[in-house]
Amino acid sequence: MTAALRFDPIRLPEKCEQLRKEVRAFLAEEIAAGTFDPHKPNREDTDAPEFSRRVGAKGWLGMTWPKKYGGQERSFLERYVVTEEMRVANAPTRRFFVADRQSGPVLIKYAPEHIKMDILPRICRGEICFAIGMSEPNSGSDLFAAKTRATKTDGGYLINGTKIWTSSAHIADYMIAIFRTSQPTKENRRHGLTQFLVKMKQPGIRVNPIGQITGQYEFNEVVFTDFFVPDDHVLGEVDGAWKQATSELAYERSGPERFLETYYVLTELVRAVGPNPDTRSAEGIGRLVAQLHTMRRMSVSVAGMLQAGKEPVVEASIVKDIGTVWEQQLPHRVRDLAAFVEETATNRETLERQLDFAIKTAPKLTIQGGTTEVLRGIIARGLGLR
Amino acid sequence: MAESDNIVVETAEKIFADLADPQTINNDKKGSWQAPLWQALSEAGLPLSWVPDDLGGSGASLADGFALLNAAGRFAVAVPLAETMLAGWLLAQAKIASPEGEMTVLPASPKDRITLDADGALSGRARGVPFAKAAKHFAVLAHGKDGISIALVEASRGRIDSGLNLGYDHSDTVTLDKVQPVAVKPAKGFDQTTLMLMGGVARSLQIAGALEAMLDISVRYSNERVAFEKKISKFQAVQHNLARLAGESAAALAAATSAADAIANAKSFDDEVYLEAASAKIRCAEAAEKGGAIAHQVHGAIGFTSEHILHRFSLRALAWRDDFGSESHWAVELGKLVANRGADELWPLVASR
Repeated sequence: MTAALRFDPIRLPEKCEQLRKEVRAFLAEEIAAGTFDPHKPNREDTDAPEFSRRVGAKGWLGMTWPKKYGGQERSFLERYVVTEEMRVANAPTRRFFVADRQSGPVLIKYAPEHIKMDILPRICRGEICFAIGMSEPNSGSDLFAAKTRATKTDGGYLINGTKIWTSSAHIADYMIAIFRTSQPTKENRRHGLTQFLVKMKQPGIRVNPIGQITGQYEFNEVVFTDFFVPDDHVLGEVDGAWKQATSELAYERSGPERFLETYYVLTELVRAVGPNPDTRSAEGIGRLVAQLHTMRRMSVSVAGMLQAGKEPVVEASIVKDIGTVWEQQLPHRVRDLAAFVEETATNRETLERQLDFAIKTAPKLTIQGGTTEVLRGIIARGLGLR
Repeated sequence: MAESDNIVVETAEKIFADLADPQTINNDKKGSWQAPLWQALSEAGLPLSWVPDDLGGSGASLADGFALLNAAGRFAVAVPLAETMLAGWLLAQAKIASPEGEMTVLPASPKDRITLDADGALSGRARGVPFAKAAKHFAVLAHGKDGISIALVEASRGRIDSGLNLGYDHSDTVTLDKVQPVAVKPAKGFDQTTLMLMGGVARSLQIAGALEAMLDISVRYSNERVAFEKKISKFQAVQHNLARLAGESAAALAAATSAADAIANAKSFDDEVYLEAASAKIRCAEAAEKGGAIAHQVHGAIGFTSEHILHRFSLRALAWRDDFGSESHWAVELGKLVANRGADELWPLVASR
């Protein structure tokens, strides 16, 4: 066989179910206390600092990290449970999500010890927010076209240039970004980019909000003007960021957030349809649930393989490809079925409001964090076609 | 399950490679490959994998048997292996010993019903019964006034109206008219839905296997075929199509193996197992359509010829959708189950494993 794709049928261990109960109880309390409304994914206050601290206090941030950095040394499967329960409840995870999923692991791998000791415990306590500085005005999917310069100076680097589409930059305390430290070589156009830790909210950084088609302001333009970054904020090899990017992708691409972004419309449709659906509604819901279940089984399988120390890069890309296309289509399929919902359904307005927001959200899902086209290129390489 | 990790599968794959090579079979218009293949499978005890030793079988685990069906799908095996396995499993539910030779199960559709009368005779019609024509015995699930019974019937006692499925394998209508079974026993707690789910998961694994093979031969072909002065695998449009085929193949494999694992470890066919098994059949059927279309698109005209092996996989995968309840049937049933449990019970069901 040329393509040995593996999706072992991994089950979540028993201890995950106890944890799941704890997370559900915690979220129910937060909802009861008015922290957030699970039926309103389109609220303005997606940044919830106090909620973030309470999640940290539960030990649910940096769960898999070493204890000396404030982590819990728990498994990826346990983290998976926390992530999916938060997502399904529409909890306001914006402030900690990026730091927990990918910034922390990057720091653990590449930051000097004193920085790890300083920053990681604060992530675990839910105190700080991270952004990711990849895209630039002329460099999106083509990461290696990045031009923002880091010029060597005494004790560090001076940064000049612009990052764009940077989610949460307006609230972030730190950014992990790639800057150009050398020109690419003829042999390797990926050469010359370096990963840096950037402390935000300082002179030399200007954050300009960019309005989105959903009506929200989540991403930004970030302009650096002679902004100083000290030497010990270099993450990994100078000029060698391209070597560091690929292995992390499996973590980033296969999680439950890659197919649950619009899940709430399916729940609301089931509520609107009621306990005795007609054939068309039942058939539509059944298919969507089967597809959802399959996605989740694939995603859990990848989490289990990661836990076992494997690097299922192709499998993870497949999960994100299928998952994001699915969550993008979901609001439209729900809309098809919602057309037949009785006028008397008590949650009709909620469903319509949610559909409105989900349909506006949908286009970004197959773009953010690696476009469908990039993912299919990675899968094709895994199949031996490139 | 791309690589064999148990002895049952290893044995089966060796037999398939020797006696069920798709190209050899495809060239053989007389079907002379069938008898040696069946004999080798029988000698290895594979058709009665799921029958305990004391009932005449080889007593393999459910998990090993499921892995065997996935392997059979990878070779698009066209002898009643899955059917005999299911029949043996069904008979074993009522502690009825399995005879030698080919078997199949009736009914093979959730819509059909066989009844058991007070005299112990079986009546009813079952459509779309796979390999009924080749079977020596039927394992029958029957409804009587005291509930469900399971019976062993000589195939010659039924009327068989033969037909072919999309893959040119026998899919026949079997009519029983007051037929006295060889053996019949009550099966407390068993029902027709359980048989349909089990059959559906068997078909799901076969479809997943066929898709793995379609991906494999499509990738290989794209790396050989030259057009516009380069291998077609170098065209981005072709690469992206094959990436999608890989996705469909992966989804089918994940859904089918997950359902198999759920059944192999379940104490009963509860809602969670129902979700797994119904989802597998629905998602694998969708993958058969989408994935098969891409495999054909990559192959162009040559894949549309009877000489090429692609259709052995693509048409069977499509045909297997229809057995033991189509994806439409299971989608309606699963949708009803979900609606009946209520909106707030959907996520707990999905996240139950």
